[in-house]
Amino acid sequence: MDPTVEYLLRLGDNALILGQRVSEWCGHAPALEEDIALANIALDLIGQTQLWLGLAGEIEGQGRNADDLAFLRDVYDFRNSLLVEQPNQDFAVTMMRQFLFDAFSALQLDALTHSKNVEIAAIAAKCHKEALYHLDRSSETVIGLGDGTDISHAKMQNALDRLWVYAGELVSADDLDRTMAKAGVGVDLDALHTPYFETVRATLATATLRVPDTDFAHKGGKSGQRHSEHLGHILTSMQWLQRAYPGAKW
Amino acid sequence: MQTPLSDIWTWLSDVPDPEIPAISLVDLGVIRNVAWDNDTLEVTITPTYAGCPATSIINLDVETALRAKGIDNIRLKRQLAPPWTTDWLSKDAHQKLEAYGIAPPRPAGGPQHCPQCHSAMVEKISQFGSTPCKAQWRCKDCLEPFDYFKCI
Repeated sequence: MDPTVEYLLRLGDNALILGQRVSEWCGHAPALEEDIALANIALDLIGQTQLWLGLAGEIEGQGRNADDLAFLRDVYDFRNSLLVEQPNQDFAVTMMRQFLFDAFSALQLDALTHSKNVEIAAIAAKCHKEALYHLDRSSETVIGLGDGTDISHAKMQNALDRLWVYAGELVSADDLDRTMAKAGVGVDLDALHTPYFETVRATLATATLRVPDTDFAHKGGKSGQRHSEHLGHILTSMQWLQRAYPGAKW
Repeated sequence: MQTPLSDIWTWLSDVPDPEIPAISLVDLGVIRNVAWDNDTLEVTITPTYAGCPATSIINLDVETALRAKGIDNIRLKRQLAPPWTTDWLSKDAHQKLEAYGIAPPRPAGGPQHCPQCHSAMVEKISQFGSTPCKAQWRCKDCLEPFDYFKCI
């Protein structure tokens, strides 16, 4: 596969799978305002997906559009990080997952605004503004609930303990990341590693949460080698309509 | 025959935003350019938010309005860069939003006052609201909730 296409799949699939996950809250959030906020964040992410996967399809040149890539690929073709496919569980896990992703996404998109590929740079500039807004909210929520009541603190600590091992993959460079960074198209993830964990640790400290004492990181999502069992279930629900009624339109 | 571009701009400033009809698409700042390419009118439109569902309706409304004026050859061009910003809202838009009950965006962050009773005692309920471009606030004096057009 063209490395640029594969790289765009990583960007698009992160936004798509997280957008799908977050949209599962629609109608179920603990408060109306949170319901609306989560639905809006999911909407932003799906919008970003359309841009990334749309460009991936164009560069690939096989006539696949963003919808085809979203609805007609199977698990092993997805290139999202493991973090975003983790189940919602409770509101604490959902918001911790969002925070760990937003902190990364804001840095990644900011760096991508300097991409030599002008279309990638334009999409990144557009999405970066939205990512900063999401990060504002998820940071505030993590701090508010972490440094909140005994119960909310315990739930946020549980969420962090559960998700911490999925943060590392986001900023761990592999061969494709390095190739794309070298070409001036992608982001130098090695350079994002430190700022990412600094941002995350600073917010978690304000939230009075204890960062797990391990550097271990589950990997295999963005390379497509080893997704968790959850991704198949997401695709089953997300792709059902296009699989059962190929080409169905609104 | 090429209609003067100033007429095109006038026509487009009569096309309301589909979600906030108090302001026009020109007020919203999403129409970035209009230009003739021989007998084809090219309209450059930028989305507000990447996932805003109004984007496709905006495209349709622009096309419908121009066809109604007798322009048959229309090409809509999507432009992402530079990304849309609330700085592009017209001066009129700020007044129209406020009169409509939506607090206009302010770079300082947060509404200046309640669009209903003008009290400055306002508080944020949520960073998000009924459309991607708005947040929910509440007035602590008249107790009315209201939309704030968030700054981006």
